[in-house]
Amino acid sequence: MIGADRKAGRKTGHTQGRQRRASAPHARVGGRFDARRMLIGLVLAAAFVSVTASAFYRQVVETDFLKNEGTKRFLRDREIPARRGIIMDRNGEPLAISTAVATIWADPQHLIARADAFEALARALEEPEEALAARIAQYANKGRRYMYLQRRVEPHRARAVEDVVETYRLAGVGMDTEYRRFYPSGEILGQVVGFTGIDDQGQEGIELIRNDQLEANPGKRRVIQDGHRRIVEEVEQLRAPVHGEDVVLSIDQRLQFLAYRELKRAVEEHQAIGGSAALLDVRTGEILALVNQPSFNPNQPRRESAEARRNRALTDVFEPGSTVKPFVIAAALERGLIKPHTAIDTSPGVLRIGRNRVRDYRDLGQLDTTSILTKSSNVGVVKIAQQMDRAVLWQLYGAIGFGQTTEVGFPGERTGYLPHYSDWSSFEHATLAFGYGLNVTTLQLAQAYAIIAADGLKRPMTLFRRDRIPPAERVLTPATARAVRQMLETVISSDGTARRAAIPGYRVAGKTGTAKKATANGYVDGKYQSVFVAMVPVTEPRFVMVVMVDEPSGEDYYGGLVAAPTFAKVMPAALRLYNVAPDDPKHPLILTSAPEAPR
Amino acid sequence: MAPHKLRIDRDSSGLDGGLLARLHLDLPLLLLLLLICGLGLVVLYSASGQSAEQVDRQLLRLGVAFLLMIAIAQVPPVVLSRWSLPLFLIGLSLLLAVLLMGEQSKGAQRWLDLGVVRFQPSEILKLALPMMLAWYLSMRPTPPRLLDIAVVGLLIAAPVLLIAKQPDLGTAVLVASAGVTTLFLSGLRWRLIIGLCVLGAAATPLVWSLMRDYQRRRVLTFLDPGSDPLGAGYHIIQSQIAIGSGGLHGKGWLGGTQSQLEFLPERSTDFIFAVLGEELGLSGVVLLMLLYLAVILRGLSIAAQAPDAYSRLLAGSVTIVFFVYLFVNMGMVTGLLPVVGVPLPLISYGGTSLVTLMLGFGILMSIQTRRKLLQSE
Repeated sequence: MIGADRKAGRKTGHTQGRQRRASAPHARVGGRFDARRMLIGLVLAAAFVSVTASAFYRQVVETDFLKNEGTKRFLRDREIPARRGIIMDRNGEPLAISTAVATIWADPQHLIARADAFEALARALEEPEEALAARIAQYANKGRRYMYLQRRVEPHRARAVEDVVETYRLAGVGMDTEYRRFYPSGEILGQVVGFTGIDDQGQEGIELIRNDQLEANPGKRRVIQDGHRRIVEEVEQLRAPVHGEDVVLSIDQRLQFLAYRELKRAVEEHQAIGGSAALLDVRTGEILALVNQPSFNPNQPRRESAEARRNRALTDVFEPGSTVKPFVIAAALERGLIKPHTAIDTSPGVLRIGRNRVRDYRDLGQLDTTSILTKSSNVGVVKIAQQMDRAVLWQLYGAIGFGQTTEVGFPGERTGYLPHYSDWSSFEHATLAFGYGLNVTTLQLAQAYAIIAADGLKRPMTLFRRDRIPPAERVLTPATARAVRQMLETVISSDGTARRAAIPGYRVAGKTGTAKKATANGYVDGKYQSVFVAMVPVTEPRFVMVVMVDEPSGEDYYGGLVAAPTFAKVMPAALRLYNVAPDDPKHPLILTSAPEAPR
Repeated sequence: MAPHKLRIDRDSSGLDGGLLARLHLDLPLLLLLLLICGLGLVVLYSASGQSAEQVDRQLLRLGVAFLLMIAIAQVPPVVLSRWSLPLFLIGLSLLLAVLLMGEQSKGAQRWLDLGVVRFQPSEILKLALPMMLAWYLSMRPTPPRLLDIAVVGLLIAAPVLLIAKQPDLGTAVLVASAGVTTLFLSGLRWRLIIGLCVLGAAATPLVWSLMRDYQRRRVLTFLDPGSDPLGAGYHIIQSQIAIGSGGLHGKGWLGGTQSQLEFLPERSTDFIFAVLGEELGLSGVVLLMLLYLAVILRGLSIAAQAPDAYSRLLAGSVTIVFFVYLFVNMGMVTGLLPVVGVPLPLISYGGTSLVTLMLGFGILMSIQTRRKLLQSE
């Protein structure tokens, strides 16, 4: 240091000399600044060498890494959106459809500087300008480079935003296409169709059970994008998008809508807690309508309780009550134990079995087999059931589908309950004959009656449209089925329990059921489950419909009063829509103005 | 005057044409400047996304700047010396005016609107301060005494603080470096130089405390760009990727991906060096550096040959400011220095710094050509 100082001192001495001569015009000052020049030279050299070295380091040593980093920035793989399959009804009406929507995003760092465009942008986004400006400022201040302006909006709004982007030459605003699931029929089919989650995967209903088929497989493409994430060029398609396959249901949306409306009306009118209904095409086993109350809107599934999301027609069981009586009669007819006109004495309306009693609502006296059904006599049917082996009744109940799930294959479907005959007490043997001590779902009951309607053939039910009718299994002889049908026709007559189910022009056969509701504390007075099940036309039945209303709490609770009218309101439309020929010349269709028969 | 000039013509070497001498132009410097500006336009065409409009506008600015350079070259250093004090005072008052009623733009108050032209008074100081110091120091005995140094310190501090307050760190650095360079060239005693260096180092915490938040963030981000990859670090990372991916020979003119696809921010202004680095590679970088180096060496040679203290100090200072200009910019773009808004001299899109630089070169030419005049007498 000292040496350097001394040297520097000497140099300054020289500069003093230079200063004296500076005024001389020919003074050459070169050579007097050596140390100073050296320092300047050193600084210059150091600066140039360091910049060159830095450039060299980046461009030679690190170049591969930085090239790769650069490529990562502009060469991107982007998803090509694929559409999930449509769920449609049997006539091609969409029930669940994926519509293209746009997700609009922005680079807030670019956008924040374009306050002049906020008003137009806010108008296009249909959002208050202040709110939009505040949102952009918030993201911009956090230093973000990406924000959603709006997610999953309708295409028309995306087009409006595109116009603004073009007019104002906005940088850093872009949009991606996505698909949003939409359910046009809303609550009408909520439980059947189900819904998808945010990842476009089925969560419930058909969306869940047919997810593999409906699922879309997005494609992938490699693109060149610029610093504003705009796609400049598509390099190649890595994988083609595969749209989901469509699913065609057996449901007829028109009948579904009608059934839903009428069931809802019945549940409201009778202040019930719920209900369900099923409408079957007897010839094919297709379910044309499957409705529940309460229901939910699958467009906003998260808002609804699990209670409303249940597809009650399959997941809720009830004791079928009197609606099982025709099958006891059928079993007896098959075995030749009785004939339609065999007389049975039901007096005095009470039957003692051990310590228990079976009662009719009044003493019905001497009844033939048909009248037992017409009047729905418990005593009469128990007397018939007692004539046959328990195994016979048990086998028939099993053959018509009780105690096992249907072929529909719906998530959460219940098997119902049918105890094995070896466990039956003699009183259970009796109660099982009039529908207590077992339980079924609405759909199981519909299937059972479809067997009577199809001349004794059991055809697997389905929720999907059938092009070919699958083979059926014989459960009853055609003669028995027809005989039972004719007996059931009397239920709809003026003597029967379901006069309100009559349809002008058509012969209707059906049965009512009004079962006391079983709770944890046994059967409760005043809580009923009212059922009506019927088929039409009797000559060659095309439709079977079950209507179940849970806990009607109004004045009426009999199945014939609560559930039967729903049938009468829905079925004429089904008959008309499917061109089913009238078979009742006594009550011609044309002359009838009011669909309801007198009570 | 005419006979003198004719005599010079005869005396001059073959390269020094009569017209050039009459216009007081320095041929080597002029050629170098034309080469750099030509290269600059080529790079700008690519960096602007092939915008002929931007290139045309820059061409117009270059024309104006060259005319101004020629104009100032006509002014003898003696006259410049007389202008020094008034120009400095005008510049200082304009800086005050800016602070009081200047236009805000991007959070900084730098511009003064004179109705016809909007300009940054801080630019004036890049020349006015060295002129002022050169004038003052040339009148004082050498080496400068402590009192002189104190005065010079005040003369430097006043404009630098005013500019830093706008805030405009880049210009403040340039103006300060112009002042310090002039002082250094004036023949400061070495022990004073060392003393001032120590003082400067000690003052660093003070400077830090005076810096604005964004300025501190820039320094911190410079030290660790990864800490804020989407914010301030984004510039540094993107520019290093652009340069580095250029490799030895570059991706070819108009072939840069990072610049053409707009990943590189400020690509036609402060970060245009990265575009050159990406498209022309290390070879382009070295070529430009050599051109710049030649300009600096020419400037220093003019300073060394200057006939009087004022000219020598001014020429040296103008040259060193040019050097600081490009070192700060290249250092920033290659990641050696923090991000400071300084354009790449003669190449970045924009007119303000261009005019200042060309006026500086005009001064250099005036000094160089007057030397010959004096010699010939």
